Amino acid sequence: MATALKLKELYKKEDRLTSGHRLCAGCAAPIIVRQILTAIDEPVVLSNATGCLEVSTTIYPYTAWQVPWIHTAFETAASTISGVEAMYRSLVKQGKLEERNFKFVAFGGDGGTYDIGIQALSGMLERGHRALYVCYNNEAYMNTGIQRSGATPLGAWTTTSPVGKVIPGKPRPRKDLTAIAAAHDIPYAAQASPHNWRDLMRKVRKAVAADGPSFLNVLSSCNRGWRHPTDIAIEISRLAAETCYWPLYEVEDGEWKLTYRPKKKLPIEEFLQPQGRFRHLFREENKHVLEELRAQVDRKWRQLLKRCGEEE
Amino acid sequence: MSRFEAMDGNTATAEGMRQINPDVVAAYPITPQTSTVQTFSQFVADGEVDTEFIRVESEHSAMAACIGASAAGGRVMTATSANGLALMWEMVYIAASNRAPIVMTVVNRALSGPINIHCDHSDSMGTRDAGWIQLFGENPQEAYDNAIQAVRIAEHEDVLLPVMSMYDGFITSHSLERVQIEDGEAVRDFVGPFTAHDSLLDVDNPVTYGPLDFYDFYMEHKRQQVEAMKYAKRVIPEVAADFEKHFGRRYGFFDEYRLDDAELALVVLSSTAGTARSVVDSLRAQGLKVGLLKPRVFRPFPAEELADALRDKTAVGVMDRSDSFGALGGPLFVELSAALKIWGVPAKIVDYVFGLGGRDTTPAQIESVFRDLAEIAETGEIKQLVTYLGVRE
Ligand SMILES: Cc1ncc(C[n+]2csc(CCOP(=O)(O)OP(=O)(O)O)c2C)c(N)n1
Ligand code: SF4
Ligand SMILES: [Mg+2]
Repeated sequence: MATALKLKELYKKEDRLTSGHRLCAGCAAPIIVRQILTAIDEPVVLSNATGCLEVSTTIYPYTAWQVPWIHTAFETAASTISGVEAMYRSLVKQGKLEERNFKFVAFGGDGGTYDIGIQALSGMLERGHRALYVCYNNEAYMNTGIQRSGATPLGAWTTTSPVGKVIPGKPRPRKDLTAIAAAHDIPYAAQASPHNWRDLMRKVRKAVAADGPSFLNVLSSCNRGWRHPTDIAIEISRLAAETCYWPLYEVEDGEWKLTYRPKKKLPIEEFLQPQGRFRHLFREENKHVLEELRAQVDRKWRQLLKRCGEEE
Repeated sequence: MSRFEAMDGNTATAEGMRQINPDVVAAYPITPQTSTVQTFSQFVADGEVDTEFIRVESEHSAMAACIGASAAGGRVMTATSANGLALMWEMVYIAASNRAPIVMTVVNRALSGPINIHCDHSDSMGTRDAGWIQLFGENPQEAYDNAIQAVRIAEHEDVLLPVMSMYDGFITSHSLERVQIEDGEAVRDFVGPFTAHDSLLDVDNPVTYGPLDFYDFYMEHKRQQVEAMKYAKRVIPEVAADFEKHFGRRYGFFDEYRLDDAELALVVLSSTAGTARSVVDSLRAQGLKVGLLKPRVFRPFPAEELADALRDKTAVGVMDRSDSFGALGGPLFVELSAALKIWGVPAKIVDYVFGLGGRDTTPAQIESVFRDLAEIAETGEIKQLVTYLGVRE
């Protein structure tokens, strides 16, 4: 029997990522990782791309991981877990290892996933490895000091898309990686957010139960890069969902489904305003960028509703 | 029962892999390695091996998958050439520092650019400092034998380093030669079962692989790799001795041909040694005291042993099938020169860069090297330190 997704049951489980790691106070990444690893009852083996999560959890000779974990490089979380999972299948097939329903999970930041690691991810999904790839998506290269990535939204300030005299932040929109992953025709792909932990954990359970590869894109607030107070990681995640900036949905065997629909869609400003990375969008001369961002979010939302067979 | 077959180097390598029956292979096709991967794919498709074969989408992923698979506690092999090796360069270093005993065949091919598919050694020489053991083979037989020995060397308790087994693209990879293929059981007996160390799949004893490692420990970890290489220098001859006991063929750090009483020595890797041997014979017939030394092990570099073998020579000509732009000469020359100097060998030494991008190397060219050496021996003077053979200047 799987542990019920109830706090009074879940809290009894041992932490697979212990305290003592060096992620910033208020960072959403370790919350997300704990939610994911708590959702899984089976033994897990992890691979982790270079990035904040990796550097902060394993400074030699210490490790915060209570489960097997491997990091090889920045763009290799998917290819490395492919090798681990293939070895598992090989050894089990040959009777060299007992079959224990291991779950294989790869963690990568948005840089390691949307950009430099997208080829390895695509390969892992296409080859059909039985592994879950999780992108903890803080929408920039945080570990190297907040540079833009393919996940950085239009208009956002980063250190490589700075707000200058002629260019007001990132001139290009983010790419829709969840849709790209789903287009691989994998059994399960979803978007989630840590404020809705039950939704996230339910998705993790579906993902690791799938007979094949799965992909989970989780919005992961970074107070350093997003420039917001350290105590609003969960609140800002909620606002991302309520403004439809980060819709929660899943694609199960090709069926698109919203898993949360805001009762009343909030204006995008509610999500943008608390974050310093968008501050310049509220200046008169940059109004057009804010409007363009709003139009994009709305267009993507309508597109998603249609895919999910929902009424506007 | 062993048997003789006409095989090219890639087929012999694939046959060796079939007999070794690795748990995981992750590989990507590239000329001239491709037929190894194709032949092995057929073995997988026909159920002749237990291997999980990951048909990765790039060589970078091939090596990343190999590292993951190796950490998961099983035997792992792969193969590549040139640009494939260059693409996986980042992971090649990580494999060695993870102490992953992966065996990789590198079918030597010139690195781009310009793009070229033919043989030289720029690919594997580019990774000579990556922390891999490097073996060079002359012909399909040596390709097969080295692949088998590589498994034992890599997995030895005191070594635990990845091994690259090289042979010349097209010249060896695609030329049929007589190869003695050993009995499959005997090969499996020789390599033995894989012993896992700190497997990722031992979930009851979780391990962390690849942590961040700063100035407080990084240097000790590098130092341990140096130590493992030193052990490898002991283990390589041990494995060779056991191989000889099992299969009768003898291997060392290098192979000597009419070197003992020679005054002029040629040093060259891989298939060119075959041509050089016939040149040695014809010059010997003319009364010239010439000999050949063909290194097999480039990493760990058997510096002292090489110096001893060349101690009483008057002149040494090194033939390098790759260059090191801006250095004193090719990599074999530079390392051998240092060895001779440090171990007090007085011989004059010169370098010949040859065969880049598959440029044909003729017996006449090799003969010209010996003629130069004869002149150097007579005059005691080196006119040209590095010569490019068969190039339009
Ligand atoms: C091949 C390579 N290129 C660049 C880097 C430098 N680098 C390390 S982490 C990183 C950014 C990580 O960003 P992301 O994946 O979004 O994770 P985050 O740190 O934001 O959690 C970069 C650029 C590297 N380690 N390897
Ligand atoms: S920089 Fe951002 S992502 Fe990185 S640990 Fe700090 S809060 Fe988390
Ligand atoms: Mg990031």
